[in-house]
Amino acid sequence: MSEGIGLKNTGHGPGTDAYLGMVDSVTRTPDEIKRSRNLGIAYLIGAVITVAVFVQGTGGTATFNLDNDASFGIGAIPLAWICAVSLAVLGGVQISRGTANFQSALLGVAAVLFIFTLMAWAAAGQSFSLTGTLHDALKASTPLVFGALGGILCERSGIINIAIEGFLLAGAFTSAVVGSVTNLWIGMIAAMIVSSLLALLLAWLAIRFLVDQVIVGFAINFFVLGLTSFVDARVLTSNPEYNGVPTLAEWKIPLLSDIPIIGPVLFEQTIYVYLGLALVALVTWALFSTKWGLQTRAVGEHPKAAGTLGVNVLRRRYVNLAVAGAITGFGGSWWTADVGRFNENITNGRGFIALAVVLVGRHHPVGALCAALLFGFSDALALKFSFLSTSIPSEFLELAPFLVTLIVVASVGRGHRVPAALGQPYEQQ
Amino acid sequence: MTDVQSPPDAPTDSPSDPNGKRGLRDRIDTTNAITLPLLAFISALVIGTIVIAFSDIDKLQDGDFGGILTTIKDAYLALPDGAFNGWRPINETIVSTTPLLLAGLAVAITFRAGLFNIGGTGQMLVGGMCSVYVGFSMNGPSIIQIPLAVGAGMLGGIIWGIIPGILKARAGVHEVISTIMLNFIAGSLVLYFLKTDLFVREGRSDPISKLVTPEGTLPKLFAFLDRPELRAHIGFLFALAAAFFFWWLIEKTKLGFEIRAEGANSNAAQYAGMKPAFLIITSFAVAGGFAGLAGASEVLGTQGRATQGFAGDIGFDAIAVALLGRSTPVGTVLAALLFGALQAGGQRMQVETGVPVDLVLILRALIILFIAAPLLMKAIWRISAKGASSGPSFGGWGS
Repeated sequence: MSEGIGLKNTGHGPGTDAYLGMVDSVTRTPDEIKRSRNLGIAYLIGAVITVAVFVQGTGGTATFNLDNDASFGIGAIPLAWICAVSLAVLGGVQISRGTANFQSALLGVAAVLFIFTLMAWAAAGQSFSLTGTLHDALKASTPLVFGALGGILCERSGIINIAIEGFLLAGAFTSAVVGSVTNLWIGMIAAMIVSSLLALLLAWLAIRFLVDQVIVGFAINFFVLGLTSFVDARVLTSNPEYNGVPTLAEWKIPLLSDIPIIGPVLFEQTIYVYLGLALVALVTWALFSTKWGLQTRAVGEHPKAAGTLGVNVLRRRYVNLAVAGAITGFGGSWWTADVGRFNENITNGRGFIALAVVLVGRHHPVGALCAALLFGFSDALALKFSFLSTSIPSEFLELAPFLVTLIVVASVGRGHRVPAALGQPYEQQ
Repeated sequence: MTDVQSPPDAPTDSPSDPNGKRGLRDRIDTTNAITLPLLAFISALVIGTIVIAFSDIDKLQDGDFGGILTTIKDAYLALPDGAFNGWRPINETIVSTTPLLLAGLAVAITFRAGLFNIGGTGQMLVGGMCSVYVGFSMNGPSIIQIPLAVGAGMLGGIIWGIIPGILKARAGVHEVISTIMLNFIAGSLVLYFLKTDLFVREGRSDPISKLVTPEGTLPKLFAFLDRPELRAHIGFLFALAAAFFFWWLIEKTKLGFEIRAEGANSNAAQYAGMKPAFLIITSFAVAGGFAGLAGASEVLGTQGRATQGFAGDIGFDAIAVALLGRSTPVGTVLAALLFGALQAGGQRMQVETGVPVDLVLILRALIILFIAAPLLMKAIWRISAKGASSGPSFGGWGS
């Protein structure tokens, strides 16, 4: 199974995986050696980019503003050299002998160092609000987190969810229209209900009529895009009273928001951020520590076995899909709360990025959160950089996260296994 | 995608009515290959009717149901009218069909290999940019410039298409991730290049490329009619040739057989001595070539320049085309023609009746859905469920 099979089932269950993880430091399979080497090559590419681009920068001190008056400065070019040397050493070690159990941690550290160098390079000789950027990054990643959580719940239950984009768009549309007639809170609930119904439609067609789940997903995306654009053009433009909601204010958490640096980043946000983070914790706990989670994973991995042991597979799938739809729909209402209105195709492909987030995050809520933060961060960074008078074209910053994702996924991508029964119809006895 | 074209109409001599009479429902069932798409189309129109009616809130509030019926009638009459009635509608249908067909083939070939190419947009963008560069920078005779420009577009598409193939085959990156990423990367790169001196039109600050020279522009298809507003160009012939090439490749060559085998069962294909890595990369290269050709045809023929969004949503619409056409050559051509006609008719409908062209998107989604759900169609239309198949199937991330 080593050649070109990608995300396919590796054939061993979670227990085997854990076992393989334990023996990883002792013996390494050829596949792991290859993965390790790929990651090393990615580090070396990073080092080359650093020398070729960042070291050649204009130089000077980049000032990072933290809070109101606190700030610190870093020499852009020395930092670039530090980054380049670290990455080169890391790459060398990674290729020659691997970094065993520290692989993920080191990847994280290297990524942070690289991003810092990038920021220092862009902001050399100028000042740059670090907390503001992190704050915006968290904010921008929120809808991705909700979309990805919905996707994870779906796929862990064995149903492919390509319709995240459609669910988000439906949520955005519903919350805007219902929110205009009533208020935003009722709009959020309506968004959850509508997306939930769409998810149930996906489940119903996939389970009852055995329609291919990828096709249903795409059809739902097209349908929601068409319907919302249609109603927007035909009804909302001529009746603006159905499309205008006061935006949601940020809610400063008392005491916690006074903590330096962390406070303004984490605790001066809208409830979407708080709920999103809480939901990541909740879903992680529920999936891996409760009976429901065990049953859900069983239904996604081996529905026949789960069914034999008395789990109602189809009901579990329906219920989970409804919950997943509700979560994603709530994420869709983020746009209404943020912008205050619905525009045609307002989600603009975010659902597909959320899909990538699910896969990059390896169907794990925490992994998905990290991946979503990467995209959110680059969004915020590109926006901030457009205000800096740097010579870098903003387009390169916009494409950076996608490039980074590609490189990261290419270097550690192999070995990710998806739920074994994903996409397969199940016939209940 | 285990078997896309599992023909549901195979058993024609199946035992019908015990009385020896073949009822209407049985006959419908045996002509499934035609009936099913037709019923799907009718079902989509019915739901479209409901959408038109309920979105007409002014008339609903006035209780003007006669007016609503008139709107629906006018809208549905405008669709075929704007798609087929006369040279100009036919011309518009061809213009809309051309990129849909080419990009649809780019998705279809990967479906046949069990892969999912969401990257049509990116491949079109890169191909189109290569084409437009040759299109405006050269000033040679058409006989040289056009093949060069078209070739550059295909090459650009192939290069952009081969990346997800290599990433999948060599590093195990799922093609859905890589093609989504590459779409965004291509979009940013196009925007960047359109602002550089290399591409930007003199005296313009917005991202728009120089105009393709008259020698580099694809000849008009209906030039013999001497009507300049008929903008259909020979890109349509390229698209038909590409469809023919697709048929030849997939049905008549060893490579095509291997691609199909890879799509049906990768492990079996590997066990039989085929090389999955090579097949994955080749499928993506061919797909990129088709999509690059689509981009070339758009910038060299239809638009005459490149802008930020010259590929539009065609890469995504192409997925619908391939799904509806079940990734067969003939099916893809017919699906592209249907969607192209709907697009052209939809424009006419919007102008004449004020019903937004987005209705076409709704119809398109419903048609795909219903085609993919023969069991649902049978349940709705009360056709006997004999020989019910579960429709086209395509394994997602896993198998």
